[in-house]
Amino acid sequence: MSDIKRITKKRKFRKDNTLYLLLRDPLGRAGFMGIALIVLLAIFAPYISNFDVAEIHSKDRLQAPNSTYWFGTDNFGRDIFSRIVYGARVSLIVGIVSVSIAAGIGFILGIISGYFEGRIETTIMMVMDVLFAFPSILLALLIVAVLGTSIVNTMIAIGIVNIPVFTRTVRASVKSIKSLDFVADAKSIGLKDRDILIRHIAPNSLASFIVQATLALSSAILTEATMSFLGLGIRPPEPSWGSMLSESRAFMELAPWMVIFPALFIILTILSFNILGDALRDVLDPKLKL
Amino acid sequence: MQNLLEIKDLKIKTLRNKEEVMLLDKVNLNIAPGQCLGIVGESGCGKSITANSLLKLLPYPLSVSSGNAMFKSPSLGMVDLLNLEENAMRGIRGKEIAMIFQEPMTSLDPIFTIERQMKEALEFHHPHMPENEKHERCVEVLKQVNIPRIEQTLASYPHQLSGGQLQRIMIAIALINTPALLIADEPTTALDVTIQAQILELMNNLKHEQNASVMFITHDLGVIAETSEQVAVFYSGHIVEEASAEELFYRPAHPYTEGLIRSISSLNEKGNQLYSIPGNVPPGGELKSYCRFYDRCKYAEDSCKRGLPMLVEVAPKHYCRCFRHSMEVEV
Repeated sequence: MSDIKRITKKRKFRKDNTLYLLLRDPLGRAGFMGIALIVLLAIFAPYISNFDVAEIHSKDRLQAPNSTYWFGTDNFGRDIFSRIVYGARVSLIVGIVSVSIAAGIGFILGIISGYFEGRIETTIMMVMDVLFAFPSILLALLIVAVLGTSIVNTMIAIGIVNIPVFTRTVRASVKSIKSLDFVADAKSIGLKDRDILIRHIAPNSLASFIVQATLALSSAILTEATMSFLGLGIRPPEPSWGSMLSESRAFMELAPWMVIFPALFIILTILSFNILGDALRDVLDPKLKL
Repeated sequence: MQNLLEIKDLKIKTLRNKEEVMLLDKVNLNIAPGQCLGIVGESGCGKSITANSLLKLLPYPLSVSSGNAMFKSPSLGMVDLLNLEENAMRGIRGKEIAMIFQEPMTSLDPIFTIERQMKEALEFHHPHMPENEKHERCVEVLKQVNIPRIEQTLASYPHQLSGGQLQRIMIAIALINTPALLIADEPTTALDVTIQAQILELMNNLKHEQNASVMFITHDLGVIAETSEQVAVFYSGHIVEEASAEELFYRPAHPYTEGLIRSISSLNEKGNQLYSIPGNVPPGGELKSYCRFYDRCKYAEDSCKRGLPMLVEVAPKHYCRCFRHSMEVEV
C-alpha cells in the first residue's frame, strides 16, 4: 500500500512538473538559461546599463570595447551595451505582445475551424491561406505601411502575420482529438458542443499550441529586427537590435563591434527560443508522458 | 405501451460519392422494462449504428431516413427519439439513456482525473448539486461497480488505471444518473477473458439491482447467453432472427444463427478444427434484393433468389427471415 502510494506520488510529481522535465534535458536547460539571461537583462535594464540609451558622447565616437563602454560606442558616441540591454526590452515586449495577439486569435479560429466542418471552416481556412501566401516580412511591412510606423503598429503587424500558423496547428490537433472516443463519450453524457470544446478539446490541444508559441516568439523577434533594419519597425532613438544593425552598415569595417554585438544577441535569443521550443515539444508530447 | 422502447421500421442511410446508400433496413425492436436485449452479428452488419441512432449520435454522413423509436421517458413521457430536438435529446443522453463504449482505454479524457470526469456526467443533469453530494454519489457508484481504493481511484488519471478498472469506471459513469436504459456497445471486446467475466457478472447484478433495461451489442454469442433474455441476430443491415435466448440457442431457425452457434468453441470437442461460416459479410451499402445470406448459406437453392424473405413468426415469439420456413416475400 505505502509502496503504491509512493510510486503514484512520484509519478504524479514528474508528470505534473513540466519545468522539472525541461531542465533535466541538457538542451532544454541551455535554451532556458539563454532566455532567462535576456529576460533578466530586459527587467533590470535601468540597473545594468551604464548610460542612458540616447546619451551622446561626441568625444567618444566609434570607441572599441573598453572598461567604460563595455561593448564600445557607435557613430554618435552612444554606449552600445546600454542600447543592447534596452533593446532586449523592446524585442521581448514586441515578441510577447505580438505572439499573444496571434496566439489568441489563432487559437480561437483554429478551434472553431477544426470542430465545425463545412462552410465556417472553409471560409476561415481560405482567409488563412491568403495570409499565408504572402511572405511574412512583406505582409508585415505592408500592414505597417498602411497603419504607420510605431511600436504598437509593429506589434499588430507581426501579430496578424503569425495568426495562420496558430490556426493551422490548433486546427490540426482539434481534428485529431475530435475523433477520439472520449469526445463521443462526452456527447453521450449530454454535453453541448460548446462544453466539449471548452472542457475537452481545447485543453487537449494546448500542448502543440504552447510549443508553437515559443517558436513563434523567436520568429516574431526576428521579424521585428528585420523590420527595424529596413527602417519600418521601431523608430530611433528607441533602441532596437535591428535598427542598430542597420546603423552599423556604414561603419562595418571601421567599428565591427557595432555589428557583432547586436547580431550576437539576436542569434542568442532566437537560438534559445528555438531550442526551448524543441525541448518543450519533447516534454509535452503525450506519447512520451507515461 | 408496456415496452420501454419500441423501434419501428428504422432505416439508416449514408452518402457515398453523393449517392444515398442504405445501411440499415426496416429494423423493428422492442425492449421491455428490466429486460436485456442482446444484439448479435458480425462487424458491419448495423448493430452499432442502430444504437447510435437512438441517441442521435450518428456521425456524418450517416442519417436516419425513416422509422421511429418510441421511448417511455421518465421525465418527458412518450417521445420519439429519432425526431427529438437537440435540447430535449441532451436531457436524455446520459440521464435516461446511457451508453458504454467498446474501448475503455480511450473513452476517458487523458488529461483530467477520474473524479472530474465522473462529476461532469452529474453536473449537466443536476447543475445545482453541491460538491460534497456529487463526491458522495461518485463514491457510491464506484462501490457498486466494485472498485477498490475508491478515493485513490478518484484522484487518478486514466493512464494510471487498467482496462478492466476503466471499463468499471465507464459503467459507473453510465450509472451515475440511474438511467432507464443502458446501451452497452461491445463493452467487453477490448478486455481479457477473466475481466470480461467479471464485467458481465457486474452488469447482470446491476440490471437486477437497478431494474434498468439493457441493450447489449456484441459479436460473441457466449456473452449473449450469459446476459440477455431476448436476442436479435443482425445480418447485412437487417434482423434475420429474433427469439428469446433459450429458444434461439436450442432451436435456431436461420442458417446464419446456426453457423454462429456452431462457431462457438467448446471444451468437449478437442482436436477438431474450429468451425467458421465461409465467406464474408457483404460490405455495407450493397444490400441485395434477394436473401442476403444466399452466398454463404449451405442450404442455398436457386429459388432463394426469388426475393427478400420476410421476417415471419416460425414458432411462438420466434421470428426468422428464411425461405425454408416461409415462402413469403418482402415487398
